[in-house]
Amino acid sequence: MPLKQFGRELLVIDVLAPSDTVRSSGARHENAPHLSEVYPPGAPQLRQASHRDVLRIFSVVAAVVTLLLLGGVVVFLAIEGAPALAGTSENLPAGASSIWALAGPLLFGSLWASALAIAVAAPLGIGVALFSVLVMRGALGRWLGTAIDVLAAVPSVVYGLWGLMVVAPQTVRIYNWLATHLGWIPFFAGQPSTTGRTICTAALVLAIMILPIVSSVSREAIRLVPSSSIEGAQALGATRQEMIRRVVLPEARSGIMAGIMLALGRALGETMAVAMVLSATPFLVSFRLLSSQNPGTVAAYIAQNYPEAHGLEVNALVWLGLLLFAVTFVVSFFARLVVRRSSGGSR
Amino acid sequence: MTIKIENLNAYYGALQAVADVSLTIQECAVTALIGASGCGKSTLLRCINRMHEIIPGALVSGVVRLNETNLYEPQADPVAVRARVGMVFQRPNPFPTMSIAENVLAGFRLRGERLSKTESQETVEHALSAANLWSEVKDRLKSPGTGLSGGQQQRLCIARALASRPDVLLMDEPCSALDPASTGAIEELLGELRLAHTVVIVTHNLSQAMRVADQVAFMATTSAANGGHLVEYGSSTQMFDHPAQSATQDYIAGRFG
Repeated sequence: MPLKQFGRELLVIDVLAPSDTVRSSGARHENAPHLSEVYPPGAPQLRQASHRDVLRIFSVVAAVVTLLLLGGVVVFLAIEGAPALAGTSENLPAGASSIWALAGPLLFGSLWASALAIAVAAPLGIGVALFSVLVMRGALGRWLGTAIDVLAAVPSVVYGLWGLMVVAPQTVRIYNWLATHLGWIPFFAGQPSTTGRTICTAALVLAIMILPIVSSVSREAIRLVPSSSIEGAQALGATRQEMIRRVVLPEARSGIMAGIMLALGRALGETMAVAMVLSATPFLVSFRLLSSQNPGTVAAYIAQNYPEAHGLEVNALVWLGLLLFAVTFVVSFFARLVVRRSSGGSR
Repeated sequence: MTIKIENLNAYYGALQAVADVSLTIQECAVTALIGASGCGKSTLLRCINRMHEIIPGALVSGVVRLNETNLYEPQADPVAVRARVGMVFQRPNPFPTMSIAENVLAGFRLRGERLSKTESQETVEHALSAANLWSEVKDRLKSPGTGLSGGQQQRLCIARALASRPDVLLMDEPCSALDPASTGAIEELLGELRLAHTVVIVTHNLSQAMRVADQVAFMATTSAANGGHLVEYGSSTQMFDHPAQSATQDYIAGRFG
């Protein structure tokens, strides 16, 4: 190994070594810069240097492999999906006139179901987080937080079964009531579903699934609000409610937003539970929540149609996958933008 | 506003922090609480605006009167008490999401009180002037409060407390996180505040107590389990020149422990 590079390796070690080593070696660099004196050949540092090499090679390989995998997935989706662009009603799934006629309503369905799920899960998750950090600071709060986190460990197929067998039938009565009494609101208009397998049910199940993400990320964000801010607000005569509204939530906002966006990504990609719960109608774009006619979602559509797909239908499903990937990517890109914007000025 | 503390005891769970302190604090004067670490002076300070009890398990017994009102009478609302008594903490804690002007008005916003635009502007200017900060920040009232230097941030916190026109201003080691120049600015400010405000300041810095305080209260504790009691209380000159108690003498001469 050339001496120059050798020296750089040793500097890297200094940075990574425990702080007392860093301090003493810093002094050594000033007073006795000759490396062979400081690190005589065969000294323990040399063995460390080779360890660092292994570590560095390993981490570089890991990074490259990850990027290659990501790139490989995109390339695969693009190549395998591209033929579907030329598809016609002859050979596309469900007799779609073009791939876009198929993809548009499904992307709408994915976004709509996810937005509904966020609308339910975000306030609930933030509320649970506030409760467990600020209101019930003792064992009960911790217990509640843990209980919600456990929801994340339930497999999505279990949520699907629960949604299909419990939520859907139980909500039919509520949907009937909503349609009768609040039918003038466009979302609740029309004949309610008799099975309960509506987009509303799917969104509720999704909401429960993403609740732990929202609540655990929000909890950490709220926990990071400095106690000096909280004390400062209380010393000014703020009630707990005002303190939470004006100090805690603004200061935790970027973290909470990050949690919501993470949850949104999860909801967009969720397949199994939606596929089991939602009774989807092809090519439908509708904002109605309670109807038996519901838009489908991309992920569920792929899962349900892949087993029997052949020919160009397979390419079409792959192309749908690429579109979902792109939408999720755009969402998380905007999420980062939002997080950066809202954290500007603080910290 | 005179503060009358009568037989005050304060606890953290089973641990007693303040033991039977009785003390009358004069109005329009600076009163310094001095004593070794852990002698209960910060706790005593936090009993004057009922901030002690926000810690889970904390308990207070006794009486604290602002003029004649007992802050600890059963129907007293701790939130309302805190609105009447301003507090400045050891580390400057301007709200990071608020601008300089918003920080000054934070008390009103946090209590849900609405001010007209002119009222707000006047309050901001008045409070920042009273905290000797106006000339330094008047051109950037909309920039974040955390962008100021440490000393400026602390004066912003003082302005924030003064904006609500508190009856009493409590300061918990307000200079311990500041450099000497900023400390000087705060001490100078204290000299002006004493003309119209009742100020209680906790400090570890005896020369600071000597410079800024009219009255000095010395607290000590015999053991960690007993809680701090008041050893001696008197005017600054008396306490520093002719302390009556040998414990006070030892502490001031640096012979405690």
